[in-house]
Amino acid sequence: MQKTVSIKDIIAKLKATFQDEDQTKHLLNNVKKFCLVIVKAAILIGVGYVILSPVIGMIVNSISSNKDAYNPMVFVLPENPTLEKYALVLERLDYFPTIARDLLYTITLTGLQLLICSMVGYGFARFDFPGKKILFACVVVMIVIPAHTIMLPLYMTFKSFDPFGLVTMLKGTPGLMGTVVPMYLMTLLGCGVRSGIYIYIFNQFFRGLPKEIEEAALVDGAGVWYTYFRIMLMNAMPSVITVTVFSIVWQFNDTFYAKLFLISEEVVISKRISGLQALIANQDKILDVTIQELYLHAGVILIILPVIIIYCVLQKYFIEGVERSGIVG
Amino acid sequence: MRKKNKLTLLQKRGLTGILFVLPWVVGFILFYVRSLIMTGQFAFNELTIDAVNGGYQLTPVGWENFRYAFQVHGSFKQILTSSVGNMLIDVPLIIFFSLFMAMLLNKKFPGRAVVRAIFFLPVILNSGAITEAMELSEQMMAGGISSQAAEVTATVGSTMALDIDYLISMFMNLGIPASLLDYIVAAVDRINDIIAASGIQIVIFIAALQSIPGSMYEVAKIEGATGYETFWKVTFPMVMPHIITNVVYTIVDSFTESEVVTLAYEVAFDQFNYGLSSVFSLVSTIITCIILVLIVGAIQKRTFYYN
Repeated sequence: MQKTVSIKDIIAKLKATFQDEDQTKHLLNNVKKFCLVIVKAAILIGVGYVILSPVIGMIVNSISSNKDAYNPMVFVLPENPTLEKYALVLERLDYFPTIARDLLYTITLTGLQLLICSMVGYGFARFDFPGKKILFACVVVMIVIPAHTIMLPLYMTFKSFDPFGLVTMLKGTPGLMGTVVPMYLMTLLGCGVRSGIYIYIFNQFFRGLPKEIEEAALVDGAGVWYTYFRIMLMNAMPSVITVTVFSIVWQFNDTFYAKLFLISEEVVISKRISGLQALIANQDKILDVTIQELYLHAGVILIILPVIIIYCVLQKYFIEGVERSGIVG
Repeated sequence: MRKKNKLTLLQKRGLTGILFVLPWVVGFILFYVRSLIMTGQFAFNELTIDAVNGGYQLTPVGWENFRYAFQVHGSFKQILTSSVGNMLIDVPLIIFFSLFMAMLLNKKFPGRAVVRAIFFLPVILNSGAITEAMELSEQMMAGGISSQAAEVTATVGSTMALDIDYLISMFMNLGIPASLLDYIVAAVDRINDIIAASGIQIVIFIAALQSIPGSMYEVAKIEGATGYETFWKVTFPMVMPHIITNVVYTIVDSFTESEVVTLAYEVAFDQFNYGLSSVFSLVSTIITCIILVLIVGAIQKRTFYYN
């Protein structure tokens, strides 16, 4: 009884609205806005799903048991969730020691990138010296030239790298192949993984900072280095965070240089993942490809885990940082 | 000592500036300039490694390596053209997709932070090693016959309720040009790749959109511009400079991940044909640079700089 009354009410209201032109317009506008919101939400959710679905799929696969893999009734939620895949993969990847070494390698390199690239960026942004424009054009060239153009000479150089017999003295044999030294050397000289982009970001950001800060520091008697480390770098926090996230992610995921310099998989864990499936097939006699894939997915999840944790921690500062830092130019 | 005292303040600052930049200059000359020259040398020479002393010897062969790459080598030309073709399809799609997404994400709505975090995820997950391992596993799943991950998903996709072939034939009958249709189908086909490749571009565009002064939109509104007009007359010109940044980034990125790089790597380190590998690198780099110059030049002409 109540229902019919309410519907009647609504119809009466609608009639009243349509008789008044202004109110009709208002209603139509609201409907239009509502539709737009729905369309936008649909697009965002759809694209978000495309991005997230492989990750969700991998997580689901990695915790499902052998039975679930063949059960057609299982969709998204495994019937017998198990962590045994992780247990085996942890062992085969030699996970904790390797990831510790890898993180040490990645984080020290990131620290170096931050120091060197911010210094170079600052030098370009604040000082005038002859040839500055040409040199800055070289930074852009460095960004544009793909790393593979110079891979062979780099390989040749580091293969027989032996300035003044120093390497032979320390290591016994000339050449730095198979060690992490080439990566550190290149980063130290501002040519690490995508250093050009970081220099560019820092340069743009420092250029946007007001000159008065530095002048005040100078008047108060601070030296150039003090000004740089204690004042400018502290003010450049947004771009420092941006570069930190980029650098950690790209260094951790980098396989190009790791392959080129034959850096051992004891240090770079992502080199282990390509051999994981074969290792599990040979050592544990798991010959079913479908089951092997479950183990592989567990391995992939384990490898991306540290980066995801770092990203989640820095995420909030990061996106704001990108917006405020000079990435835009 | 006296000479040093004669320096003006400006000169002193200049020296400090050089000191700041110095590590990079040394690195650039050591690793980039020298390497580029060496790559050029390798391309025109036959390189033999001296196993005993660890050095190498160069025997000049002129254009032989280039001739081999273009006339004899089996797959170089195909891989090069397909890489360039893929790039030409991808670049406009990535740019427009990321601009569109950036405009959606720029508005305030509940849960915006979470959505933005999700959109940056592909950049993090984009690891060469993981993709490689996954592709290998897909191959094994398919019994080693199918080499493309896309083919596997295509067979899965055919069980969907929507019949793609029917739609395509319908559009064909409507008289839509086949080349355009091919482009659209290819675009839909690679939606995954495009989303995965546009993480950074979205972030750059969001930053660009936020740097547009709000007063411009106010003026547009007062003058009675519709949303469509506002986009083409205000938003688009203002983000134009960043479109160049994004185009450069996208082209370089897609080339560093293309198959030409893999080929050059294999030829160098599996077949030890260093000269040929240098030719591959050199040719692909030159082509990238030409494309970059052409596209950036074309956009730059139409770019409006606010400052």
